[in-house]
Amino acid sequence: MSTPILEIEHLAMRFGGLLAVQDLSFAARRGEITALIGPNGAGKTTVFNCITGFYKPTAGMIRLIGDHKTMLLERLPDFRIAKLAKVARTFQNIRLFPGMSLLENLLVAQHNPLMLASGFTFFGLIGLRGFTAAEQAAIEKARYWLDRIGLLARADDPAGDLPYGAQRRLEIVRAMCTEPVLLCLDEPAAGLNARESAELDELLLFIRREHATSILLIEHDMAVVMKICDHIVVLDYGVKISEGTPAYVRNDPKVVAAYLGVEEDEVEEAEAQVGL
Amino acid sequence: MSQEAELQKPPRVDVVAALKSALLAALLAFGLFALLVGVRTDQGPTGALVISQRFEDVAWLVAVVFAGSFLRALTFGDRPLDLARYLPAGVKAAGERLDRFGGFALLGFALAVPIIFYHNRYILDLGILVLTYVMLGWGLNIVVGLAGLLDLGYVAFYAVGAYAYALLAQNFGFSFWIGLPLAGIMAAFWGVLLGFPVLRLRGDYLAIVTLAFGEMIRLVLLNWQSFTGGPNGISGIPRPSFFGLPFIEGEGGFAEAFGLEFTPTHRIVFLFYLILALALVTNWVTIRLRRLPIGRAWEALREDEIACRSLGINTTNTKLTAFAMGAMFGGFAGAFFATRQGFISPESFVFMESALILAIVVLGGMGSQLGVAVAALVMIGGFELFREFQQYRMLVFGTAMVAIMIWRPRGLVGTRAPSVYLTERKAISSSLTREGRG
Repeated sequence: MSTPILEIEHLAMRFGGLLAVQDLSFAARRGEITALIGPNGAGKTTVFNCITGFYKPTAGMIRLIGDHKTMLLERLPDFRIAKLAKVARTFQNIRLFPGMSLLENLLVAQHNPLMLASGFTFFGLIGLRGFTAAEQAAIEKARYWLDRIGLLARADDPAGDLPYGAQRRLEIVRAMCTEPVLLCLDEPAAGLNARESAELDELLLFIRREHATSILLIEHDMAVVMKICDHIVVLDYGVKISEGTPAYVRNDPKVVAAYLGVEEDEVEEAEAQVGL
Repeated sequence: MSQEAELQKPPRVDVVAALKSALLAALLAFGLFALLVGVRTDQGPTGALVISQRFEDVAWLVAVVFAGSFLRALTFGDRPLDLARYLPAGVKAAGERLDRFGGFALLGFALAVPIIFYHNRYILDLGILVLTYVMLGWGLNIVVGLAGLLDLGYVAFYAVGAYAYALLAQNFGFSFWIGLPLAGIMAAFWGVLLGFPVLRLRGDYLAIVTLAFGEMIRLVLLNWQSFTGGPNGISGIPRPSFFGLPFIEGEGGFAEAFGLEFTPTHRIVFLFYLILALALVTNWVTIRLRRLPIGRAWEALREDEIACRSLGINTTNTKLTAFAMGAMFGGFAGAFFATRQGFISPESFVFMESALILAIVVLGGMGSQLGVAVAALVMIGGFELFREFQQYRMLVFGTAMVAIMIWRPRGLVGTRAPSVYLTERKAISSSLTREGRG
């Protein structure tokens, strides 16, 4: 069993009177694909927003164990989480830069290294050679990822023109261009047809195999979850109800109950127990 | 593709619906014009006011609106007014050629203006005015067009630049060439100062605060009499010299040094080329910045701020640099304005100026350098052109703007050129780009 890359301890997030996540603890392990599943409104995206700094959690600790140092993500502002802790994310409703070309989308993702290479714009403005080389390397990286998702021929087209499935894949590789140690995907298979979904599986497995990136994903498509994930955490009403391998979680009665509801006689039994 | 087919389909002729919409438009026109045009007060022979009625004119206006609206409804139905479709193919092709070579043609023309119109002071002054607005438009384009931050108080930086140079020259005797960069730095400083409090605001709220900032600067300039001279302004601002040679008659002047006969036109021509150079520097820097990471981050910020943050871009710094760069070029333009006029007062920096510069940017097509230049030419030059219409000048001007925005809703240049390309530079339609929400 490999070492953990992300450890969440006693995480809680409160919105006014609503406790969206309570006392959640789990770990995502290095080099694995961890899935966060649960019915609608279970608090999965809230957990994601806490990890990536878009929300400040009410309580709890989020620890990212990088190669060299450990960082407490709940203390960093969102852009620093992406820049320093190297945690990248995608969004449930795709957030590309629709009016920019595919290539530009992937170059914006490499903003921080390029900014450094351009001497915070001053060297770049006078056209020093160091920057030109860095930019060429960035373009090469973009070319590599575009080729990987089969969109190299459309590199100069605007991202807003792509079909839905291609936009999903582009958003994932845009996040990969930041060279993350942890990639957080919010429902990557939502709205994809069977073929696009298979392409997505293949891309995620490729990332796990070829790059030192661990993946944490939220997913409703159980086919995807069961096929590619190593570890699954199940949330319901902001509480962790189960955790384990796909085979274990699939047969856990609590998970089945949360997803499918329970039989009538079981409800009566429970009601009898509490004296109703 | 279905949309294309929809456009090709001959519109259904629905006379009743057309009559209905025409009647509605006529009613609206009547409501507007009945009192506005129908009743008029004139000074009678004894000096008292006399009411005269012009209901015949109202009837004509309403009839014209009715007929126009009826025809529009008949030909277009309920589809949007797509006048571009009725342009002959040749005009469209010319438009595309304009996109490609228009910039060079315009530049060539601008370079030749002082030679062609050497003896026409009016045209030279107008050219300087147009170029000042081209530069201001390009400066604001960084903030509004690239970074997508709606700034309604841009004139404040123009004012800061102008006053910075004027005060430095008056109090410390700084020459134009030292005052110019200092004015730019000063304006950039104020841009950052404005940027800090407004960073958390977006869209309409940002617009209101920048509008207020513009007014604040003007009111401070107006009321701080001991420092800025208040409503009297600052006069006697030194004129620029030709690298140390002043444009004066006789000993040590520009004309004598070059063995020319003295004429005041020398200075005007010099000012023309000076503002042209300043504008071109603005253009060059903007074009270069667009291809650097900072420029791409500005455009990404306009497209989607949250996605930017998820990619590790410090949006605070990115917005501040956009504000500072835009303000700096505004400051340069301000210093030029001060040295050209020789006199400045708060009257030159009213909200109308901000609105005019913003209109230039929007009309030109947000983010497009060529579009902004053409729009400045059309707006400032056009405004002069309509001078003979006298009181109808604003009306004609407004109508022309409405017509252009119907014809090209995304500005004169409705495409965005990508900052980098792999195999082929393809223009991106502005229907895909976003305006930004601050």
